[in-house]
Amino acid sequence: MTVAAPLLRARNLVKHFDLRHGLARLVQPQHGHVVRAVDDVELEIRRGETLGLIGESGSGKSTLGRLAIRLLDADAGEVRFDGTDLLRLEPAELVRLRRRMQIIFQDPYASLNPRRTVEDIVGLGLRIHERSAAPSTRDRVVDMLERVGLSAAHLHRYPHQFSGGQRQRIGIARALVLRPDFVVCDEPVSALDVSIQAQIIALLNELKRDFGLTYLFISHDLSVVAHLADRIAVMYLGRIVETGPASRLIEAPAHPYTQALFAAVPRIDAGGERPPRLQGDMPSALDPPAGCRFHTRCPHAGERCRRVEPAPIEVAAGHTAACHLHGDGV
Amino acid sequence: MSALPAHDALLSLRGLTTVFPTRHGEVRAADGVDLDVRPGECLGVVGESGSGKTVTFLSVLDLVRRPGRIEAGTIVFDGRDLRRLPPEALRAIRGRDIAMTMQDALTALNPAFTVGAQIAEVLEAHGRATGRSALDRAVQLLEQVGVPDPARRVGVYPHQLSGGLRQRAMIAAALACQPRLLIADEPTTALDVTIQAQVLDLIADMRQRLGMSVVLITHDLGIVAERCDRVVVMYAGQVVESGPTRQVIGAPAHPYTAGLLASMPRLNQTRAAIRPIEGQIPDPARLPPGCRFEPRCPRRRSECLQPVPMRDIVRAERAFGARAVRCVLAGAAP
Repeated sequence: MTVAAPLLRARNLVKHFDLRHGLARLVQPQHGHVVRAVDDVELEIRRGETLGLIGESGSGKSTLGRLAIRLLDADAGEVRFDGTDLLRLEPAELVRLRRRMQIIFQDPYASLNPRRTVEDIVGLGLRIHERSAAPSTRDRVVDMLERVGLSAAHLHRYPHQFSGGQRQRIGIARALVLRPDFVVCDEPVSALDVSIQAQIIALLNELKRDFGLTYLFISHDLSVVAHLADRIAVMYLGRIVETGPASRLIEAPAHPYTQALFAAVPRIDAGGERPPRLQGDMPSALDPPAGCRFHTRCPHAGERCRRVEPAPIEVAAGHTAACHLHGDGV
Repeated sequence: MSALPAHDALLSLRGLTTVFPTRHGEVRAADGVDLDVRPGECLGVVGESGSGKTVTFLSVLDLVRRPGRIEAGTIVFDGRDLRRLPPEALRAIRGRDIAMTMQDALTALNPAFTVGAQIAEVLEAHGRATGRSALDRAVQLLEQVGVPDPARRVGVYPHQLSGGLRQRAMIAAALACQPRLLIADEPTTALDVTIQAQVLDLIADMRQRLGMSVVLITHDLGIVAERCDRVVVMYAGQVVESGPTRQVIGAPAHPYTAGLLASMPRLNQTRAAIRPIEGQIPDPARLPPGCRFEPRCPRRRSECLQPVPMRDIVRAERAFGARAVRCVLAGAAP
C-alpha cells in the first residue's frame, strides 16, 4: 500500500461557540456559556476515499465538516487542504480554492433559494468562479443536471416544484458543477424516504467514481455510512473517539461508545447477543465531563476514566481508539 | 381478509377511506384500508411519506383535520363501531382506551404548560384523579417511563427536556389511563440511535406490563423486524401486504416490500449493492388507475393496469397467521 499525502489534514482543531454573543445569549445556559463543539480534533482524509463521520446530535460532526472547508473559522488549529493551510489564506485566495471544495447539505428544502430557478442555483458557482457568459454556463448546467438524473426541462423551474429526492439532486449538481476534488456531504440522505435515499446513495457513489471525488460523509445513520465509507471516524462531545477502516470498525469496534452505537442499530436480520443499552443522554457540550467524556455512560468506566482524558491508541493497523481499556487500563 | 370485522381483534378496520379536498381534486390519503390489531400484539405499520399510515390512525381517533374527512369504512374497537358513536362517547375512549403519541414531541406537547400539568390533564379528563393527587400520579408515571428525577421534571416545560426525555414524557401522558391500545407514530424518528433503543425498550416493557396492544408506525423495517409480531405495509394510501413479520421480511410477496428491503443499507453488508426502487411515489391527486406501484414495478405486466384487490396468500385458522398481498403475481412463482 502506498501512502500518499492526505488531501485534507486537520490538526488540533478547535471551535467553541460563546453563548454570550448573538441570538444565543437569549437562552439561559445552566452550566457555562461556551459550547465546545469541536475540541482538539485530528482528522486525515486521503485522496479518493470516503471518510464517514458518525456521531449523535450535538457531537460536533457538522461543525467539523464546516471547519474542514472553512465555512466556519476555527478558533485554533490547522487545516491543510492539498498542502495549503486554509486558515491562513487571504479571502481572495480562499475563494479561488473554494471551487475545489464543496458541500451538500442535509435539508433539500432549506438549502436551495426558493426564489431562484434551477439554472440560477446550479450555475451560480460557474458565474462566480469563471465569470463565463450565460450560454456556455447553460450548457454545463444542463450537462450536470443530466449527470444527476434531471434534464434541461428542469432549468426554469423553482425548488418548490420538485420532490425531496429531486431537490437533493439539484443540491448535488450545484456542488459538482465546478468539478471539485473534495465534497463534504452533510447528512445528504437523512431527510429522504428509504427508496429515494437508496437512489441518492447510488448516485453519490457513481459520481465519486466518475469524477474521482473525495468525500467527507457525515451521517448519524450508521448503516448508510457502513455502506459508503472506506474509513470511519466516530465523534462524541467534540472529540474523535475512534477511527479505522470501515469494515474493521464495524466488525470489531474498539471504543465502548462505538460498540454501543452499533449495538443500538435495529437490524432486519437480527440475531445473537447484543451488548446492554447505553443509559442516559449525551452530556451537554457546555459542560463536558472531566477525564474521558464518555465515562458517565460507559459500562467499563473506572477511576482513571474519571480523571484522565485518554489519548488515541493504535489497536490495529490504521485503527485507533481513545480509550484506557486499550492502554493502561481503567 | 374477510370483509367483516375480525371478532378476535381489539381494533378492526374495514374499507377505511379518508379524503382531503385539494386544488387538484380530492385526495384519498387512506383508501380502503383493512387491518386488524389483536389483543396484546405489536403491529408494525410501515410505509414512506404519503403512504397513509398516519392518516389511517388519526382517523381511528377522529383526529383528521378539517376539511379532511372519513368518507367510508368501519372502525371497530372492542366490538363497537367508533364511527357510529356520539362525540362524547368517542372522547371518553380517546386517551383512556386508545392513546396515541406523535412523531414530534416538541410540537405535540403544549409549550405553555408543564409536563406534569399535561399528564394530569389526561387523568382529570377521564376522572382518574384531580389536583394534587393527579400531579402525584404524574410523578409516578414519569418515574415509570424512566425519566430521572421525576419529582423535579414534573414541573418543567417541554423545551427544557432533551428529545429522548420529551418522548418519554409524551409516552407517560399516553399511558396515564393504562390504555388497551397505544398508537406510537414514529416514536423515535427524531431521536439518536442510542436513545431510540431506550424508547423502544420502554414501549415494549410497558406493553408487557399493561398487557396492551401497540401499533408502531414507522418507516424503518429494521425496527419492525426487531419489535413487531406482524406488519402491514402501506403504499400510496393502500395496504399492499400484511402478515407475520418474519414471513413478510423473509419472503416479501409484494414487489414494493421487496424493493424497500433491497434499498436498505445494512450494517453487516458493507459495500453490498443496495438496489433503489426507481421513480417516485405517485402524485396522490393523479394516482395510476391500476396497481399504484405499477409505474415503478420491475415486474409489471398488462394485468397491473387494472385495479388489484388484496388477496389472501396464506389462510390461517387464526387470522393472526394470515398473509395477504395486493399483487397480481401473488401465489405465482417469483
